[in-house]
Amino acid sequence: MSAAASGASTLTSPPLPHAGRTVALVGPPNSGKSTLFNRLTGLRQKVANYPGVTVEKRLGRAKLRHQEVLLVDLPGVYSLQPRTEDEQVTHDVLTGRMADVPKPDAVILIVDVTNLGRQLTLAAPILSLGLPTLVVLNMADDLKSRGGTLDIDAVAEQIGAPVALISARTGDGVPAVEEFLEGALGVPRPVYLPVISNIPSCREWSAEVSRKAGYRAPLPSQWTRRLDGIFLHPVWGPLIFVFVVIAVFQTIFKAAVPLMDGVGILVATSGGWIEALLPDSWFRSLLIEGVWGGVGSVLIFLPQILLLFVFIGILEDSGYMARAAVIADRTMAKVGLQGKSFIPLISAYACAIPAILSTRTIENKRDRMATILIAPFMTCSARLPVYTLLIAAFIPAEQQVLGPFLGAQAAMLIGLYALGFLAAVATARVLKSSVLKSARTPFMLEMPPYRMPTVRSIGLRLLDRAKIFLRRAGTVILLTTVVLWLLASVPLENGQPPAIADSVVGTIGRTIEPIVAPLGFNWRIAIGLLTSLAAREVIVGTLGTIYGMEASEHSVELQSALQSDLTLAGAVALLIYFAFAMQCMSTVAVVRRETGGWKWAIIQFVYMTAMGYVCAFGAYQLLS
Amino acid sequence: MHWRQPTTLADLAEGQEYRLDRIDLPEPDARRLMELGFLPGTLITPARSAPFGDPRVYQVDGSAVALRRETAAKMFVSPVRKDQPS
Repeated sequence: MSAAASGASTLTSPPLPHAGRTVALVGPPNSGKSTLFNRLTGLRQKVANYPGVTVEKRLGRAKLRHQEVLLVDLPGVYSLQPRTEDEQVTHDVLTGRMADVPKPDAVILIVDVTNLGRQLTLAAPILSLGLPTLVVLNMADDLKSRGGTLDIDAVAEQIGAPVALISARTGDGVPAVEEFLEGALGVPRPVYLPVISNIPSCREWSAEVSRKAGYRAPLPSQWTRRLDGIFLHPVWGPLIFVFVVIAVFQTIFKAAVPLMDGVGILVATSGGWIEALLPDSWFRSLLIEGVWGGVGSVLIFLPQILLLFVFIGILEDSGYMARAAVIADRTMAKVGLQGKSFIPLISAYACAIPAILSTRTIENKRDRMATILIAPFMTCSARLPVYTLLIAAFIPAEQQVLGPFLGAQAAMLIGLYALGFLAAVATARVLKSSVLKSARTPFMLEMPPYRMPTVRSIGLRLLDRAKIFLRRAGTVILLTTVVLWLLASVPLENGQPPAIADSVVGTIGRTIEPIVAPLGFNWRIAIGLLTSLAAREVIVGTLGTIYGMEASEHSVELQSALQSDLTLAGAVALLIYFAFAMQCMSTVAVVRRETGGWKWAIIQFVYMTAMGYVCAFGAYQLLS
Repeated sequence: MHWRQPTTLADLAEGQEYRLDRIDLPEPDARRLMELGFLPGTLITPARSAPFGDPRVYQVDGSAVALRRETAAKMFVSPVRKDQPS
């Protein structure tokens, strides 16, 4: 299922049959649980530098020398008293109340050793569970480079459990963790533990442990202080923000062009070869017009989408995300939400599905619901091919808006992103002042230190994203184009395929044409709107197939075909329709699951589509 | 110092260090603040903020946490006296 593919990695973990041990990874947010999980299992669970990246349990097998262990990566927690949906998951798994996960046989507690006193506070409730526990002190590299020290044997002595000092990022010390997993798994030696519901006494206990272990905290990161001085500067902060936004869109539009042209040439050339190789037959027509015309026209957008993900990756890995949430908090407060809702909204620039899942970190149920309902308005990467295609076809490339800094095409793209954001906050405002009204929940967000995004981590994200994109192209897009081609080739007239307008597709298209005609769309666009209900970018493939089948010569350019099919007013209406309408069945499915029923999913689908229709109608009538 | 109007975290200027005395918020919120390091007796230093000073980042117990002014205004602090051990 289309975008389900993009969410699959975080959506559900397939049940893993196993007879061995189950070991849970627990720790405060952003302490590196998923990084260690990935190292031990060889999987690629999403990691980034802000608290609350993991919001769902994730299972994976660690293959050791003599056995296999089932590892469970869990959302970060500050205590075992859950306050949010993601913390509830951790609580339920650890206490054996999660239906599809066996109760853990052992626990690995991961804490950030650069702030040991506070992070170790969580050790008290975890050790009180009475399970075999390994305490992993992570970020040893940071501790060392900033001049901190400690005696890990002394820590182990006092907490009655084995301790390992590692760097999950570099892999240093990880063999000690594997040894623990393979070992005898003894329960912790009984030691003095504080009353776990009493936070001050837990904190005192962990301070005592650190003191006795000769812990010297590392110097505070100078970089973080300096960078905050810039990014949270009253004047420079917002200015840099605006500058970065413009640069990002300009790059997505301009720098992607040669790469996209390259892919375009590859698709066209390979199509040409196949056409020359095969005899004229229905199969050649399916391959060239259906597959190459449909799937190929979507593939062209891969470089552009990857470029977008480079920027998202830098944003998430550097630590700027949490600062952006701080800057946005006041704006969010005006519409009744808070800064924490801003993080899912930013992730929705990639895809609404992981964004909807990440709302689990929001404490207030009604705030969370409102954030789920507005997230699909944010411009997801599936809208990018549609926007790019229409903008490139209708907005002249030479035109500049801000001198040489900002071209008209990039400006139009920024405008569409802004439109989505405005629709999201306006809807939030309506929801939060009516059906989802609630008392304000305090905004409390821990700021991670800034880190340099590594080429490796960004590279892995791009690789994963490219796989998702290609899988979508090979499944939902391929399927819709093949079905479309078939329906466009029947009924046969005297053994020959009909003119496309007389085919089943043409008939369906013309039946629904009157509905979309007031928006300036003809029957071809109507078919595109219908197929793209599965996933937004399908419209590009659909139009590629339809125009390819219609053309007397196959080499008709999608852009020029569009120019003769749509007026400028119609193109603007189509852009606006795509900005608002819920053209994504996978999102509907996830909203149903996360809100616990069809009610909100259906309401959301109806109001988004209605808003798309009404605004597109208004724009077309105004402009034509 | 008790005769003075009590000072809250919201009144502080950037860079000064204060000691947290009490949190005047409902139990679940106070609890999460304590889990984040805002325990009575802890030293707190206000740091950078979003434009117009709200929310502000506070350095507390080795980490940095952003709070809104409305929350900070319910957290009472007193100046750290040089002659007192900290």
